[in-house]
Amino acid sequence: MAESGSAKRGTELKQGEQIEELRVTPDKYLPHRYAGASGDFNPIHIDPEFARSVGLPGSILHGLYVMALVSKASIDAAGGDPRSLRRLSVQFRGMSVPEQEIVVSGEVVEADGERAEVDLVAAQGENRVIRNARAELDTGAPD
Amino acid sequence: MALKTDAIGKSWPAHEYEVGREKIREYAQATGMDDPVYLDREAAREAGFRDVVAPPMFCVVYCAGAMAPVLFDPEVGMNFAAMVHGGQEFEWGVPVCSGDLITTSATCREIYEKTGKGFYVFESVSTNQEGEQVVRAVWTNIVRGV
Repeated sequence: MAESGSAKRGTELKQGEQIEELRVTPDKYLPHRYAGASGDFNPIHIDPEFARSVGLPGSILHGLYVMALVSKASIDAAGGDPRSLRRLSVQFRGMSVPEQEIVVSGEVVEADGERAEVDLVAAQGENRVIRNARAELDTGAPD
Repeated sequence: MALKTDAIGKSWPAHEYEVGREKIREYAQATGMDDPVYLDREAAREAGFRDVVAPPMFCVVYCAGAMAPVLFDPEVGMNFAAMVHGGQEFEWGVPVCSGDLITTSATCREIYEKTGKGFYVFESVSTNQEGEQVVRAVWTNIVRGV
């Protein structure tokens, strides 16, 4: 199923292998930029005062932003070609905040040279904000 | 209290979104997607795309206009004050590039109660101007204390 024209396909992933971690520390204003980019202006992400009024510690990151980081770690593991990411499912469990490092880690649970399945987690410290993430990657060599 | 399940099976009108190069750039930069194929037309063409390509998760941008009426539909009746985005799944088809016209249609797949929480599961399918599927998505929202 690999498409022609890609020089980045064909990355070898082995079952049991840990993928390279992605570490990102979103700055204070990241939720504002992500709100603009995504169109999600829910005030819990951009108004700390509002966020505190509904019991949050302050502005929290968008879950779909953190999912985008999980997608990046998955694509990078497959060699960087966005076409390699075929499917991604996640569960959001808990909230994450700006100005603290997010670590996305993952393990290859299945690989046959053409396709790989990777289990991923996105965490801030001990707080695993995305769990049970599963990426399906096309790792076949280009035609 | 019984959960309102009238909306199961309901479909909403299709929503169109025209993909622009600068919107892809804005999204890519906000999410740290720094590969030149998202930012530079020549780099994208060299990699086999007809124009700047959208990062896969850009689907949240072109799906948003289809999903907003679903989430705010009184027939669905979700209590926003107690709602969290519980889970998300995307399955991608052909890549989306600048200039594409994406049409997204949403349906309500399931509404059910489990351990005192309401689960609202929606599915959306997005196709490009050629009728090719670009993404299928499953959106799960959880409402506490139903």
